[in-house]
Amino acid sequence: MSHLRLDSLQFRHWGPFSLTLAPGECVGLTGPSGAGKTLLLRAIADLDAHSGKIFLDKDECSQVHAPAWRRQVGLLLAESQWWHDTVGEHFPEIDEAALQSLDLKPEVLKWPVSRLSSGEKQRLAVIRLLGNRPKVLLLDEPAANLDDDNTARVESLIEKYRQDTGAPAFWACHDMEQLRRVAVRQFRLEDGSLHEFIPDQ
Amino acid sequence: MTLISLSPFDLGIAALLVLAMAGCTTALRLQLGRSIVIASARLIVQLLLIGLVLKALFATERLLWVVLMALVMLLVGGREVMARQKRPLKGGWSYGVGTMSMFISSFATVIIALAVIVSPEPWYAPRYAIPLLGMLLGNTMNGIALSLDRLTQTTWQQRAVIEQRLLLGQDRREAILDIARDSLRTGMIPIINAMATAGIVSIPGMMTGQILAGSPPLEAVKYQIMIWLLIAAGSGFGMMTAIGVASGRLFDHRHRLRLDRLATPKS
Repeated sequence: MSHLRLDSLQFRHWGPFSLTLAPGECVGLTGPSGAGKTLLLRAIADLDAHSGKIFLDKDECSQVHAPAWRRQVGLLLAESQWWHDTVGEHFPEIDEAALQSLDLKPEVLKWPVSRLSSGEKQRLAVIRLLGNRPKVLLLDEPAANLDDDNTARVESLIEKYRQDTGAPAFWACHDMEQLRRVAVRQFRLEDGSLHEFIPDQ
Repeated sequence: MTLISLSPFDLGIAALLVLAMAGCTTALRLQLGRSIVIASARLIVQLLLIGLVLKALFATERLLWVVLMALVMLLVGGREVMARQKRPLKGGWSYGVGTMSMFISSFATVIIALAVIVSPEPWYAPRYAIPLLGMLLGNTMNGIALSLDRLTQTTWQQRAVIEQRLLLGQDRREAILDIARDSLRTGMIPIINAMATAGIVSIPGMMTGQILAGSPPLEAVKYQIMIWLLIAAGSGFGMMTAIGVASGRLFDHRHRLRLDRLATPKS
């Protein structure tokens, strides 16, 4: 059970953002393309330079070894990257239950990466990220390349992970339907600042 | 056996061949004619000048002049390493990395060669020191330029992969290890190929020179072997230094990829 707190987070000309994600809370993040949703998530994962402070429970980002921070504050980018020849080499441990819950067979691990469709890559990227057991999830369009069935599977896998671990999540996407399903609070990122809003019913 | 001296007329015949070739490239619209003529002119002027400098240097045999000459060679080499990269590190880092790694590898190797292996009298005798250093610097420069160019180019192209690896919790060393290894391999391959084919496909230049000057072939061969072994060792160590420092510079203390530290290529 962890919470994430942004304290006057600023990067480039965005911000300052101050926001707390309670343990287990899923917060929706939307806004026009180019508004900086991905940049905000990258800054929280400390992949881009920023000012202000980010706390994971009592730990302040700059006091934590950067790779350890990124294992705990797990960012899933919209497009996943694969650098080894075969799929399985990217997974230090294999979670067969997770594979099954996303309708993937264990054989997929023996495949060359080039054989994966974009939807398969995206589902595998979710499993790879959860394999790090992150304490916070930063999800950038986690279901962008998926059909309805697989979108539902990914949503429920992430939901289950959050319930098991109490990890809060930041869920960025354009799909308001999806945000209503997964998130309890909604924010719109526009003109460099965050606005909380109640989605239309 | 004495050396047959070449007259300006002899060199003129060789120059005519190059001019004819430049003419052909112009006819083929390769737009290389100008570059070929300028490069040939530079070759002639630079080598004639160095001939005069070496003549003076050999006459005096002063350590100070040898060191000064070595420094000039090193600094020009460092500049060349930087100039040959498409996306060099900004702010003098590229020049610094190139020069420093060439200094460490070439100078150390040449000093070992002079002091321990060849042992001329005095140890810095310019007739030995300057050509040895020149051979080492030239080859090390190629290797370092090639490997650094590969490192920065590949990093730029594979930035998404590197950031993905960082996001999964790899540190900067791990995230770039594959690319760094690949860059080292790229830099080493020309030297390995040259050693593997030496004497079969090509007669190396230094040995050719010694044989033309009248050395017994076996003596020339021994020098050539020593030089190639030194080049392989020296440029290998030089590249390792260069790649190590440069790949560290591509990240900051928070293990973020910093492509803003690379210059944008001139179009």
